[in-house]
Amino acid sequence: MNRANAVIVGAGAAGGIVAKELSTAGLSVVLFERGPWYTPADCRKDDLRNQRTTVLGNAFGPEDRGFPRVVVDAGGVARIVRPSDNAYQNNAACVGVGTLSYGAQAWRYMPQDFRMKSVYGTPPGSSLEDWPIGYEDLEPFYDQAEYEIGISGDYAPDPFHGPRRRGLPMPPLPPNREWEILEPAARRLGLHPFAIPMLRNSVPYNDRGPCMRCRWCVGFACEVDAKNGSQNTVIPQALATGNCRLRTRCTAMEILMDESGHACGVEYIDENGRRERQLSDIVVVSACAIESARLLLNSKSRLFPNGLGNRYDQVGRHLQGHYYTGALGYFDRDTYDDIGPGASIAVCDYNHGTPGLCGGGMLANEFIRLPIHMIDRLPPGTPRWGHGHKQAMREWHRRTIIVMGPTQQIPTAEARVTLDPAVKDKWGAPVARIQGNCHPHTFEIGTVQAQRAQTWLQEAGAIHTTLMNSRPQMISAGQHQAGTCRMGTDPRNSVVNQSCQLHDVDNVFVIDGSVHVSNGGFNPALTIMAIAYYASGALLRGWKGARYRS
Amino acid sequence: MAGTASAGAICVAGCSCRSSSRWEFLSDAQAETLAALADQIIPEDDFPSASQAGVIVYIDRQLMGPYRRHRDAYQAGFESADRISREFCGVALAQAPPPIRQEVTSALAEQRSDFFELAREHIMEGYYGSPRHGGNRDAVSWRMLGLEEPPLRGRAKYDLSKGAGS
Repeated sequence: MNRANAVIVGAGAAGGIVAKELSTAGLSVVLFERGPWYTPADCRKDDLRNQRTTVLGNAFGPEDRGFPRVVVDAGGVARIVRPSDNAYQNNAACVGVGTLSYGAQAWRYMPQDFRMKSVYGTPPGSSLEDWPIGYEDLEPFYDQAEYEIGISGDYAPDPFHGPRRRGLPMPPLPPNREWEILEPAARRLGLHPFAIPMLRNSVPYNDRGPCMRCRWCVGFACEVDAKNGSQNTVIPQALATGNCRLRTRCTAMEILMDESGHACGVEYIDENGRRERQLSDIVVVSACAIESARLLLNSKSRLFPNGLGNRYDQVGRHLQGHYYTGALGYFDRDTYDDIGPGASIAVCDYNHGTPGLCGGGMLANEFIRLPIHMIDRLPPGTPRWGHGHKQAMREWHRRTIIVMGPTQQIPTAEARVTLDPAVKDKWGAPVARIQGNCHPHTFEIGTVQAQRAQTWLQEAGAIHTTLMNSRPQMISAGQHQAGTCRMGTDPRNSVVNQSCQLHDVDNVFVIDGSVHVSNGGFNPALTIMAIAYYASGALLRGWKGARYRS
Repeated sequence: MAGTASAGAICVAGCSCRSSSRWEFLSDAQAETLAALADQIIPEDDFPSASQAGVIVYIDRQLMGPYRRHRDAYQAGFESADRISREFCGVALAQAPPPIRQEVTSALAEQRSDFFELAREHIMEGYYGSPRHGGNRDAVSWRMLGLEEPPLRGRAKYDLSKGAGS
């Protein structure tokens, strides 16, 4: 394939969907992924080396050697971090990217989440804005993602969600013990608990079986392939069209430009470490918020000396993720039943509508805590070592519940990705430099959310609770990273238009969480998927026919 | 001076005994020091201590891999533990009686030294983490917590024709 209609950089939640939509429409597609393609046999269930607990490294990439980043703390001190360090803000490097090993929560944002400025105004110092598109624009594509990728759950008890054309394709998993403890307590508090929607088979779907309810979910690949990501849905479909070629272990380094100001392909490092070029009519950047911004910034040319799409210094700004807060409750009876994934029940009563607060977030119970996760989560006053600690592990491991949630971050333009002036990756390209924090109002909201989680746990019978609301010193983006190529109508304060097309270059698209103007009070995966379907449609409507077909 | 002397001794032991040590990275003497500390962090009761559960194997193995970067911290930490032990009772930690070992561990913990925090974390990982890495032998800590090993939940019920939990 000498020249392709489209090159897509990154085979994650968005890139996989764009590959499937474009190849199904007849375009020739090359899908680049810097990591390998793992299968359910790579699940491993390793408590010390997965994508969430990384003390022995990342299970699904990137590897620690050769791919550093630089993070700048609140005091302005820069340090080099490895991919397995928390501060790295890693997602993953593999086919499926985060969707291989995520917990698979599948949330639609609420209508208000797209109109944050209109609903709340803009807190001074923040960059809170409305999206140029609304919930109603994405609703058909949320629906498409829910049915094509596959979601279980039941929205009926939740009165706060936006209008839906139909229910979910699969019922929720049967309740676990934490559900049985938390559900009546939430009702007594006047809340509206319901089953967390999940990109997870509860019954056979898409020719794969249901969740086996094991202990190892978030951070792990699924042993029985019951979690639905791009790697086991849309990417195989794209390949089956015969129009899509997946290039694993190939890393895009730069978007190539012709003299007329159009993109003409990408330069990449292939699986053997050779620098190669793939020419194309269209380039789609779907590398997750941090690496998508880095790729644009590393694509410097005569017309775009400061990076592609970066004429107004907007690329990389408004980096956001979520501020997770909540509470840990200790009980005088067993709460643990070893039935995965553990996370089961949520409320959306607190996403919006609290006077004085710009939004809020969903609250839910946490995934199963493996023993390794309990070491520093024992009741205050527990000895940190010795007989007392060991005894406390036995006493409390089965008697805790964590309720927490992704507090919507109020963005700032200063939380951003730039290129580090000195540090390079193993291929010689400047690495991402991450700095800044979300707006301080975020921490006020998060603390109120933590107190609400505490109240819920107390109502459920917790004999002791501790708040989890420590304030991070820098932006907490990680697997929920978003915002670096903001969608908007004005090139002076956004990077892409409402079709996810660069304002400056009409054949380059950014389609992933980068385009989120705000990031909702929810896990972002389903919204990234909906945007991928939505933007693919817009792209295809503008497609005037190939200049070349292989 | 005692500290300097012991540092020299450990270094010699670490270099010259490597080939005869049954460990991948540690010298026998270092392994004994680490075991003395680890068994204070997680002592034996009705269930095995850290070293009995393979935690020294775990840390030794990781010092050849992901924890390569912590080698200097361990070397310095062993010296510091032995120095404190000698101040208390005149002999190195591995030779000290149990009450002294506990006092030395408390002293390290009260200092909140980087070495103590690092070693505590690694000892806990080795004991409560996955058996595949050399610690948590026979999943003993998981059994202690009442977790089935191998896990039967799910597998026994897993049946493609019925759906989960049915």
